[in-house]
This record gives sequence, structure tokens and C-alpha cells, in this order.
Amino acid sequence: MNFGFFRRRGPASVARERLQVLLAHERNFCGKPDLIAVLRDEILAVIAKHVTMEPDNVQIKMDRGDSVTMLKIDVEISTSSSTAVVLRETRRSTRAGSGASVRPCKSSR
Amino acid sequence: MGKVVVVTSGKGGVGKTTSTAALGAALATFGQNVVVVDFDVGLRNLDLVMGAERRVVYDLINVVQGIAKLPQALIRDKRIDTLSLLPASQTHDKDALTEKGVARVIADLRRKFDWVICDSPAGIERGATLAMRHADIAIVVANPEVSSVRDSDRIIGLLDAKTVKAEKGERIEKHLLIARYDAARALRDEMMTIEDILEILSIPLLGVIPESLEVLHASNIGSPVTLSNTSSAPARAYMDAAKRLKGETVAMTIPSDKKGLLDRLFGRRAA
Repeated sequence: MNFGFFRRRGPASVARERLQVLLAHERNFCGKPDLIAVLRDEILAVIAKHVTMEPDNVQIKMDRGDSVTMLKIDVEISTSSSTAVVLRETRRSTRAGSGASVRPCKSSR
Repeated sequence: MGKVVVVTSGKGGVGKTTSTAALGAALATFGQNVVVVDFDVGLRNLDLVMGAERRVVYDLINVVQGIAKLPQALIRDKRIDTLSLLPASQTHDKDALTEKGVARVIADLRRKFDWVICDSPAGIERGATLAMRHADIAIVVANPEVSSVRDSDRIIGLLDAKTVKAEKGERIEKHLLIARYDAARALRDEMMTIEDILEILSIPLLGVIPESLEVLHASNIGSPVTLSNTSSAPARAYMDAAKRLKGETVAMTIPSDKKGLLDRLFGRRAA
């Protein structure tokens, strides 16, 4: 597709490739502009319905790879006995042609 | 009926105001009736770049609010009499722009002029969306730099969603104007090339404006670069872009300021 093989890998080539990866994702997600924020809010709302938690004790990370996007949500749930349990939800999405479909694949713990 | 053009970018500082002034002046020198409209309410600068900052009495907000009539607020350029400026307000904020008021002013301008060129504020908020709202044509200004290209992509998305044309199911005409391009650095793979940017943004290219000291010089003296030094590289690039905007076919070149062999060899040291 691009001629990366024949090109010198200077900083401009790095810039182009970073942009291509980023924008491919943003455009997919941009069909729903703030998909990540929506997912975060909805997932947290579901958890909050059943357990108490501090918004500060929520870590949300995303890692966009070439073919797989990982959305990790770590929620620290304070139990009555002041010890914290960490619930980890891992969502995986395969990036298929159009639109990023987020489907559960594996959840640890 | 005139054409409404929005000059937009998302990111600030990429050359929207410079390009609005330069393209407006270029079209006016071709005999077209042109008005350049500053939508950057609260942070107006088009008046300064056009050299009309001391002549501003009424502004866009006054006209939108009905305090002033359109002819009272329009400032006729002293160099070219087919070029006018509608300045933004420096004191109001962007909330003073109403959707209805803007629609009325743009419709009035469309009747009076061949070209209504709207200088959008940076960002994607109300000011920027109102500036693009009624456009037939969008000129997306981008620099060969990652944050600018990303923001341009976002703006292209907004143009396809938030303009009147898009809402009516029509296509808004979009053009890319690459500013501050340095061909030598692109050749060394230090800067993204035109092809790189076109591949990423995939909208047609209107022109490439080379990085040049002339642009700063022009804004220093309050003149569009297409009037201050018509033979300079950016002026020629903007002239070509303006012709393409008019529908003429002009071969895509990147003008450079002419240098002799000695200048080329010792240019850096001499500068």
C-alpha cells in the first residue's frame, strides 16, 4: 500500500504511519465520536448500581494495536471491611473493515 | 449569487487568517467582488492582517444583532476596491453570534458579493461550527505536521456533518491547502510530503504554500501577501490556489523564491 519498504525511515515516515494508525481508529470510533467515554460511563453505571466505588479508583486504559484494540477498565471496589478488591474487565475488539465492534472476549478474574 | 467559502483547520496558528486575506485579495485582483469575514469573535485579527485595524467602527456582531446595517460595517480595502472586510467583534464573545443572525448576514453578503470568505476561529466549538455552517466550499488549511493533520481530519468530519449542505444531504466541496511546506525538508524525510498528507486526508489539493519569510513581512505591514510582494513564492502559490478556486486548471507546482547558485550554496550562512 505504501512504499515503506523502499523509503528511508526518517521522522516524516514515522509521523505518517502514526497518523494513519491513529486516524483509522478515530474515524471508526468517530462514527460514535466518544465511544470510549460512553462505554466507560455505562460500564461504571452498571457497577455503581450494585456496589459502592470511588470515581477516583477507576483506571481506564486503551491500547491500540494494528489489529486489536484493548480496552482495560480497572475498578477498585471498596468492601465493607476496608480491603479493596480489584475487578478487572478486559474488552477486546477486532478491527474489521468498517466500524470497531467491541465484543467481550476474555475476562480475567 | 456568490459562493460562501470557509477557511478552517481545527488547529490554531496554521495560517487560516493569512490564507483568508491572501486568497481574498487574489480573487479581488482578478476582478471578483470579494468580502472576507472574520468569525474569530473576541480574538479578531483579520483586520490587522488586512491593514484595516484603524478603520473598524462596526462589526459582525453589531450586524447580527441589528445595531448596524451591513454597509456600515463593511470596510472597503484601500488598495483594491472590489475587496471588503467584515471584522469580528473584539469585545463580545462568540455566544453573541446567533444561528439565525449569521444565516441572515451570510445571505445578505451572498447577494452583494461573488465570494464570501469566512475566516474560522480555531477549535471545533460554536464559533467554528457557525463559520462553516453556510459554506458551499471549505478550504482546510493544514501544516505538514502531525497535530495539524489530525485536527484537519476531525474538521473534515464536522464539515460532512454540521453544515447546512451536509444536513440537506448535499456534498460540501472540500479542498486542502497545505501551508508552511518546506520541499527540501520533505525530500530529506524530515517533513511529511504532500502525497503523505493527501493519502491520509484524501480530499483534493487546492495549493501548497511554501514556508516563507514573506508571510511574516506581509502581516507586519498589514497587507495580504498576494498584494505586498506579488512575485514572492507564497504570493504566487496563493494566486494559483485562487485561480483553482475559480475553476481554472493550473498545474500544481510549489513556487520557490528564486535564488542564484551562490545563494543556494551559501544561502544558509548568509541568512
